[in-house]
Amino acid sequence: MPMELSFFIEVLIGGLLAGMMYSLVALGFVLIFKASGIFNFAQAAMVLFAAMFIAGMNQRYGVPFWLAIPITIVLMVGVAWIIERVVLRPLVNQEPIIMFMSTIGIFFALIGFAEIIWGSRSRSLDVGIPQDPIFVGDMLFQSYDLVAGAIAIVLVLMLAVFAQRTRMGRVLRAVADDHQAAQAVGIRLSTVWVVVWAIAGFVAVVAGVVWGGNLGVQPVMVDVAFKALPVLLLGGLTSIHGAIIAGLIIGAGEAMAEVYLGPIIGGGIDNWFAYVIAMAFMVYRPEGMFGEKIIERI
Amino acid sequence: MLYRESGQFKTTYAADQAMLPIRQDQIFLALVILVAIAIPFLVSNYVIQALLLPFLIYSVAAIGLNILVGYCGQISLGTGGFMAVGAFAAWNLLARIPEMPPLVAFVLAGLIAAGTGVLFGLPALRIKGFYLAVTTLAAQFFLIWLLQRPWFVGYSPTGVISAQTIEILGWRIDTPVDRYLFALAVVIIIALAAKNLVRSATGRKWMAIRDMDVAAEIIGIRPMPTKLKAFAVSSFIVGIAGVLWAYLYLGQLEAEAFDIYTSFDVLFMVIIGGLGSILGSFLGAAFVVIVPIILNTVPSAIGLPLGTAMISYIEIFIFGSLIIFFLIVEPHGLARLWSIAKQKLRLWPFPY
Amino acid sequence: MATAQAQLKAHRGQAGESLLKVENVSLAFGGVRALRDVSFEVKRKQIFSIIGPNGAGKSSMLNCINGFYHPNSGTITYKGRPRRQMRPYEAANQGIARTFQNIALFKGMSTLDNIMTGRHLKTKATLLENALWLGRAQREEMEHRRFCEEIIDFLEIQAYRKTPVGTLPYGLQKRVELGRALAAEPELLLLDEPMAGMNLEEKQDMARFILDVNDEFGMTICLIEHDMAVVMDLSDHIVVLDHGEKIGEGGPEEVSSNPRVIEAYLGTSQEQEA
Repeated sequence: MPMELSFFIEVLIGGLLAGMMYSLVALGFVLIFKASGIFNFAQAAMVLFAAMFIAGMNQRYGVPFWLAIPITIVLMVGVAWIIERVVLRPLVNQEPIIMFMSTIGIFFALIGFAEIIWGSRSRSLDVGIPQDPIFVGDMLFQSYDLVAGAIAIVLVLMLAVFAQRTRMGRVLRAVADDHQAAQAVGIRLSTVWVVVWAIAGFVAVVAGVVWGGNLGVQPVMVDVAFKALPVLLLGGLTSIHGAIIAGLIIGAGEAMAEVYLGPIIGGGIDNWFAYVIAMAFMVYRPEGMFGEKIIERI
Repeated sequence: MLYRESGQFKTTYAADQAMLPIRQDQIFLALVILVAIAIPFLVSNYVIQALLLPFLIYSVAAIGLNILVGYCGQISLGTGGFMAVGAFAAWNLLARIPEMPPLVAFVLAGLIAAGTGVLFGLPALRIKGFYLAVTTLAAQFFLIWLLQRPWFVGYSPTGVISAQTIEILGWRIDTPVDRYLFALAVVIIIALAAKNLVRSATGRKWMAIRDMDVAAEIIGIRPMPTKLKAFAVSSFIVGIAGVLWAYLYLGQLEAEAFDIYTSFDVLFMVIIGGLGSILGSFLGAAFVVIVPIILNTVPSAIGLPLGTAMISYIEIFIFGSLIIFFLIVEPHGLARLWSIAKQKLRLWPFPY
Repeated sequence: MATAQAQLKAHRGQAGESLLKVENVSLAFGGVRALRDVSFEVKRKQIFSIIGPNGAGKSSMLNCINGFYHPNSGTITYKGRPRRQMRPYEAANQGIARTFQNIALFKGMSTLDNIMTGRHLKTKATLLENALWLGRAQREEMEHRRFCEEIIDFLEIQAYRKTPVGTLPYGLQKRVELGRALAAEPELLLLDEPMAGMNLEEKQDMARFILDVNDEFGMTICLIEHDMAVVMDLSDHIVVLDHGEKIGEGGPEEVSSNPRVIEAYLGTSQEQEA
């Protein structure tokens, strides 16, 4: 295989796998948006929050990961419950934009809280995913990226099974379809919201472990996690497979742009590339690739 | 107790439409301006530099963002980016055209920021609400990246450049008092112009778009020019705030000084101070400047010394919680609390 | 300085002249056909009503007239000119104003400001003039204020001038909405269920305003209403829609004796009562 081509494939695969990471965070957003119509800006903070607790417990108190991770999952359920009680319930029926701004508040409250407890120093989070280079022909891959990609796929499958096969999953889908109708048949919205935020918290734990293992756990992580936002818009707010496909597109596009465009216009393109792509696409199609069409009514 | 409007009858619509229809408010505003002019001569340079200047400049930025978010209902998370455009435009104009008077350069810088705002506001014609908020992040990240390109920073190797000294009609602005007075003059002009705009037909169109855009269009308000005007005016003011921040407060320019957290800070001021209130922009700015100072002094005063890092963590947590608190309890922020207090005062002591 | 009343009366044209002509209009959303081949004509100075059971396509018809929906086929001729596809604000510019079934006021603004927004088509001051509050900006503001005050007097809502509309009772909100539409000095006023959800007294008031607007200002009115008694009393001409099709038209007596209309209404009358 010619050098250029194998390098191209290497960059592409690396980008796609990095994109899976974005998808992981974006999944949490989609779940909450589908079930409650809330655009949860705080999802990125939930990822950092979870990662800081796992890494902090492990390093400061020596709690092993097999224990720290379940504890954090329980903690995320608690966080979900508090958010429902303190934020969502008083704001129910407010305009979506007010809800959105309140999640910006949640974003900072979560990060501030985690920093008060764990500080802002960088911690490693090594749960034992191998960090070895793997050669396929003359192409170089990171085993870590491959494992992380596999975890993302498993998580998506789990969520799909949960949504299709379980009672709670059916309830969630009913709520996503029509809040009022769901309430009319006796579904308690507050319970549903706690469940959905708890699941988003679980997704955040998985994303936090995978991300933190790769980049280390530090507040800057949240900036990277922000990129799930354009991924989400590109995919369409209500579409799980949209989040995955958009994550892949943006991950690959970003890697390509940095490698091939960077030398021409200057490095650091990955800081904005995802946003500009999402913005451009949304001007063309405001609901994203797979989102439900936005219908205006009067 | 003296806050009474009895005996003040409006005999013309002009009097009733005035900016401050109640005489006591007019007197109060005059007093505030007098105190604001006198205060730099009474306090230390440290207070001016650490407290008053940031307050004034943040107020300008908050007014700018409030026009877009509070009046026109278009959320922007790109404030930092537009501030940076203003600051760097001013520097480049002054550096490349040395004979240009600083005031002209500043106004042009504001206009360049306005143009940039319009450009990034274009998606608002198709995209709404939080979708738009996220696309304004594109402005934030792209602009900061762009302004770090060598051309914009005069090929400075560190990316940090020092601001030129400003001299306006022979007045050299270099002491803290000078800087304060210059900032104050800008704040007053901007606040008056903004207040005029929001109570005029332009402001009503913005609010109509904010409250119900579909109905606004059906009664004949064209969404495109209305929204773009809000983006232009808002970005102009925010750009001017960026100029002031670089030239009066920092004394140097660095794109990183206008990062995403600047955008959040200004958004906090607008939410805490009051969406859709010029007065609220001032209250919000004061709040965001004062809270860290309280956090820095109070714990040690009561014998609970906290490290600076811990203080910043607590600050983040408190601001996050306050945003939620205000959105739940009083979405119109401090300004609303102020007007409720005034309303009570008008009727006091016989509220029924 | 002409009064608002005189301004509202001016340029209303001759009674009986055709103002709006709808020919063979069809509209579909996806597979659902909201309107099928509907034709009618609204003449100047008429009170024209569109009635029909729920889901008959009445609101869709209004939305087509003011450019919010675009018919899939058929033509709409307004003031003698066939209309191309347009945005709602263009329709407003041509003198079509409306109120909404579910009140669409600007909730964050006062009664006065809401009515003032109706005037904005008549404002010319630029952004800069507004910012400086000079000359034309100030003069225009005063003129429009005077105009809106007359509308406020006419609708008897003086006491609520500075009240945020969100806090007003439902019936008054409907009145403010009518005020906002009148402020635009429209030639054609579309009213989408102006009396829905009102008690008897409020309905009487609203009916009086509608008749006054029509009588005193000679304004052409096209309204949708469920209350048959009101429609029969007010209307000069009635079109009946059912499942998107026109099933009858004519004066009140003619329509109320039309067997197809009776059938359509009997089919749903129980539902209406419930």
